[in-house]
Amino acid sequence: MAFVEIQQVQRRIGVLQILKGIDVSLEKGGFLVLLGPSGCGKSTLLNAIAGLQPPTSGDILLDGESITGLHPSKRDIAMVFQSYALYPNMTVAQNVGFPLEMAGIAKAQRDADILSVAKTLQIEHLLDRKPAQLSGGQRQRVAMARALVRKPRLFLFDEPLSNLDAKLRVEVRAEIKRLHQQTGATIIYVTHDQIEAMTLATKIVVMKEGAIQQTGTPAEIYNRPANMFVADFMGSPPMNMLAGKVSADGRALVPDAEPGSLLPLPHVLAPGQRVVLGIRPENIGVEGGSLRLDLPVEVVEPTGSDIFLWLRFGTALISARLAATESPTVGDRLSVALDMARAVVFDEATGGRID
Amino acid sequence: MSLSATAPTRMNRIVIYGLLLIFAAVYLVPLFVMLATSFKTLDEIRGGNILALPAQPTIEPWARAWGSACIGVTCEGIKGYFWNSIKMVVPAVLISTALGALNGYVLTKWRFPGHRIVFGLMLFACFIPFQSVLIPMARVLGQLGISNSTAGLVMVHVIYGLGFTTLFFRNYYDAFPDELIHSAQMDGAGFLTIFWRILLPSSAPIIVVTVIYQFTNIWNDFLFGVSFSSGANAPMTVALNNLVASSTGVKEYNVDMAAAVIAALPTLIVYVVAGRYFMRGLMAGAVKG
Amino acid sequence: MPSPSPSARSRLQDWLPRLVLAPSFALVLVFVYGFIVWTGVISMTNSRILPVYNWVGLDAYARLFAQPNWWMALKNLAIFGSLYITICIALGLFLAILLDQKIRIEGFLRPIYLYPMALSFVVTGTAWKWFLNPGMGFQNTMRQWGWEGFTFDWLVRPDMAIYTVAIAGIWQASGFVMAMFLAGLRGIDSEMLNAATVDGASSWTIYRRIVIPLLRPAFLSAVIVLAHMAIKSYDLVIALTGGGPGNATELPSTFMYSYTFTRSQMAVGSASAMIMLMGIAAIMVPYLYSELREGRK
Repeated sequence: MAFVEIQQVQRRIGVLQILKGIDVSLEKGGFLVLLGPSGCGKSTLLNAIAGLQPPTSGDILLDGESITGLHPSKRDIAMVFQSYALYPNMTVAQNVGFPLEMAGIAKAQRDADILSVAKTLQIEHLLDRKPAQLSGGQRQRVAMARALVRKPRLFLFDEPLSNLDAKLRVEVRAEIKRLHQQTGATIIYVTHDQIEAMTLATKIVVMKEGAIQQTGTPAEIYNRPANMFVADFMGSPPMNMLAGKVSADGRALVPDAEPGSLLPLPHVLAPGQRVVLGIRPENIGVEGGSLRLDLPVEVVEPTGSDIFLWLRFGTALISARLAATESPTVGDRLSVALDMARAVVFDEATGGRID
Repeated sequence: MSLSATAPTRMNRIVIYGLLLIFAAVYLVPLFVMLATSFKTLDEIRGGNILALPAQPTIEPWARAWGSACIGVTCEGIKGYFWNSIKMVVPAVLISTALGALNGYVLTKWRFPGHRIVFGLMLFACFIPFQSVLIPMARVLGQLGISNSTAGLVMVHVIYGLGFTTLFFRNYYDAFPDELIHSAQMDGAGFLTIFWRILLPSSAPIIVVTVIYQFTNIWNDFLFGVSFSSGANAPMTVALNNLVASSTGVKEYNVDMAAAVIAALPTLIVYVVAGRYFMRGLMAGAVKG
Repeated sequence: MPSPSPSARSRLQDWLPRLVLAPSFALVLVFVYGFIVWTGVISMTNSRILPVYNWVGLDAYARLFAQPNWWMALKNLAIFGSLYITICIALGLFLAILLDQKIRIEGFLRPIYLYPMALSFVVTGTAWKWFLNPGMGFQNTMRQWGWEGFTFDWLVRPDMAIYTVAIAGIWQASGFVMAMFLAGLRGIDSEMLNAATVDGASSWTIYRRIVIPLLRPAFLSAVIVLAHMAIKSYDLVIALTGGGPGNATELPSTFMYSYTFTRSQMAVGSASAMIMLMGIAAIMVPYLYSELREGRK
């Protein structure tokens, strides 16, 4: 049995199903990211694990024991909140020491623990300050220190980076990753940011409307999305989606956007079936590839490291990602290569991937 | 807000300042008259002008009002009643504020089914006309053996102040992030520890507002005082009214005014020292939610 | 880890919040709602000096509305209430708009308009009673200043005395209304006003068409607070006129008190208290209900 087992967890408020029977497991030392748009139930699931919002049914096991009925304080779980939830009237040291104090640990031991965790997070110089005197990034560190100091069995993070500016977010993200590698802690982390999920997770759970869409490693989720929702949610710009009908020989797609062309499919399908072909922008380039198309350039978006192009394909626009060394101009016709081996096909009716 | 783009003419400004100053004078006249009269001799009052400064200022009326003016059958001034009011106000304010803080905490951070109804009923209780509870209250105070006592008035003021104190703390704690409570729960703190260690240390502003509001209301109360106390046990406002309304002997207007100023002094001092909080209390009492 | 058995201690923790709230709620239930019912019951008996529980139905209400004195109280409340509310609001809004014109001495003026609110109604009544005293007060002063024919004797004229109550009441509360409007004005987004100015509106138009309509919530709050204070007004009348001359300034609140405690007509007094309660409930219940609903998300 895995270290964390979430079994058939449901939560209902009136007739509203917030969680529709969630099953997740996580090994000791793993980093699980719950990913999804707002309202998908990821925070509710996290609160259920924390004990702040008990599930209506189902069971949550930690290290083989059910914790579903336990009070939050009895679960040996620490949590870093989105707003950091630092106690405004206490100094940093008092904040970090609070869980130890509640656990009845003697003052001398507490002070030693506070100092050691402060060193790890490089906040020793802040220990006498009040939260109001700290910057966003410093508050973030204090919140992590308060969670870390208890040496809990499980860490929960609820969108911990969403209140930081873009530059700081990247720094703290790396810091969290370093802490995970250093301490070997088991972490469950909630975010709506797919980059955070990709960079941090050993395992991603993509959620939508209270149900799991896909569980897997970051590479699996990105390269082999289980359905169109996951495909669209991961990656920026999102995967290009071309709906159409399978040709008579079953080997190509007749796209609705440009019925005059044939796009070869990665595998043979039933002729006449309605499907959606997905191909990521980085799988469209100027060289290589299995399919060449000559398309007019409509928009050029240089980002510094790359160039995103929007190409006209019949009634659709297709995004492509090129190296910054290329210099296409708007109005040009560009010969692009599509790596059809990396394309994914979905059933248009169900949205599920077809292999 | 201000209309920066439409620069008023000089004439406009003079009219605006003139109007504002005239109104300020009008609002100040009654206070000025009270103070001026309280320092005049009775002779000067009979022959003189109510708006004139005292010709021969005297503190004699103040001394009489405080120590020897006749109220009812005794002639010991208002000092005893002033202390009655203090003895009534201090415990009533402290108890009602403490209960209001706990109620506000429960109603925002430990919600239970029906919390909205409970709060609604407590809120409406702030606004009932007290005439609708006077008769039963008089009976109950009699049966408890605390009618005509400071303890009885303290109880009455605590009960009928609870609605407001609960409202103040509820609105304040409502804006207090729930995540702090959740975090403290996960850190192992219980109901009372969270209140004592996390919420209360951050509650100074609302405590000040509530204490000032309750102090002003209870000190200024007349209806409960006149209904449930009499004679030597009456609070300041009742004694002032008895002093002014008494029709026996020579009417000493200067003593009346000195007594009125003394009765007004505590709340006026609070207003001058902590006007900002005083206003916030009034606003909070006027705007619910 | 110990197995999750709900110990007595943790069950106490679950119930503690409700246990803490319970005494306060019980006090309110008994001493407010219980007592209202009790008063309602007394109003349906023939109680005189002490409560007796002989059920006579609505007899006391019939007697109440047969009393000319009660009609006098209602008429006075209508006069006092309407003047008190409209003038306080008009004056409060006027002063707030004047004060909002970047007045340098605002910090000095504002407390002057507001201080009467800190006074007890008894003190206000006492002060105005002296100020309006026809023999030695304001009237006398004007005559000394050479205006021999000046007369302001409303305090002792039965037909005018209620207006003196209104004057004193307005003096006390208008500053507070001013502060409510000022807070409302300060809450208005100045960008919107700059936009209107750029669109070519004059200040007068901006106030009439944009600012005053935006102050709707402040108007509503002011009306509710003032109406509620008007119905409850008791101390001011007692201290200023004692309900007189005669019964010229009788209000429902003074009526209730004198019928219950001095005239030994407890049933009629209770009936009048119930009518007052219904009046306040008619104003406050819809207001509180809408406020509470708005707070719900």
